[in-house]
Amino acid sequence: MTARIQVPAKVMRGEIVEVRVLIQHPMETGYRHDDVGHLIKRNVINVLSCRYNGVEVFRADLSSGIAANPYVQFYTVADQSGELEFTWIDDEGKQGSERQSIQVT
Amino acid sequence: MSRALPAVALLFFAAAALAQERAIPLSEVKSGSAFLGADLLSLQKDEFANPGMLWVERGEKLWRQATGKRNLSCASCHEDAKSTMRGIAARYPRIDAESGKLLNLEGRVNLCRGRRMGAELLRYESEDMLAITAYLARQSQGVPVEASIAGPARAHFDAGEAAYRLRRGQMNLSCAHCHEANWGKRLLSETISQGQPNAYPAYRMEWQTMGSLERRLRACLSGIRAEMLPYGSPEYLDLELYLAWRAQGLPVETPGVRR
Repeated sequence: MTARIQVPAKVMRGEIVEVRVLIQHPMETGYRHDDVGHLIKRNVINVLSCRYNGVEVFRADLSSGIAANPYVQFYTVADQSGELEFTWIDDEGKQGSERQSIQVT
Repeated sequence: MSRALPAVALLFFAAAALAQERAIPLSEVKSGSAFLGADLLSLQKDEFANPGMLWVERGEKLWRQATGKRNLSCASCHEDAKSTMRGIAARYPRIDAESGKLLNLEGRVNLCRGRRMGAELLRYESEDMLAITAYLARQSQGVPVEASIAGPARAHFDAGEAAYRLRRGQMNLSCAHCHEANWGKRLLSETISQGQPNAYPAYRMEWQTMGSLERRLRACLSGIRAEMLPYGSPEYLDLELYLAWRAQGLPVETPGVRR
């Protein structure tokens, strides 16, 4: 799973930062049928979370209504330098994670 | 005077014939992005959120990944794609000097893999093929499409134009009926585009994934209820060359975002 994370590298303390996440995933809805009429099992990223220096600052429960290759954008307040850690898991149990450092001045 | 007149007339006819060759004059050639809504256009322009960039990023990794019997990567010979591949994709499809065959980008990648790297060939629409072609085409972003139809390419070009104008399928339509005679008009809820190839491989909302130009051609064929040819067949290649010539001057937009 390829993922792209965008966080400003340098920010001022107390600044509101925009965090953007794009993850490659088919987000199979569970409502589609294959060529021979069998239901294709649902396989979506069902949870995506972001921890900022170990503290969870964002969490989303995703389901069938989200398009393939989900794009998520949220905001958080920069309080100290450190690391943002993103983790997600899909219905098949596949996990993904990505880290991004942030420098607060 | 009496001699000069036929010469002038001849010139005039020659110019008229040349002008006639392009059904859509160069000044009116419009990329598919000109027919997009504001939402998709801004998604395509967003360097981060454009979902096609996932494939471009994967392609960048593949470029450096050694593979095959000789343990070579693309970068082993071609080094930094950012400089060596600039403008290359904009000139495809083109004739391979060694074999004399017409190649699109996919064909070129596989030729390199087979002939030089001793690596497994990539299938059309496989994640790796889409990734590497998207990465290659991305290096030509903004470069005008320029297809050469001189010399051995001419026969392919003529065949491509014939394929473009051939009525097909249960609806008995050719490409030209929609994309030449009726572009800009509405077809149900959508505006018919000119069918320009300059953003492919592109991310299509309908597919929810990346796809090659040939996949898009097959989608059109399916739409007019015509027979779809297998990927990589010579008729598609000829048609791709004709489309590239038709798109002359349009900037490469890969990875495009399309409906």
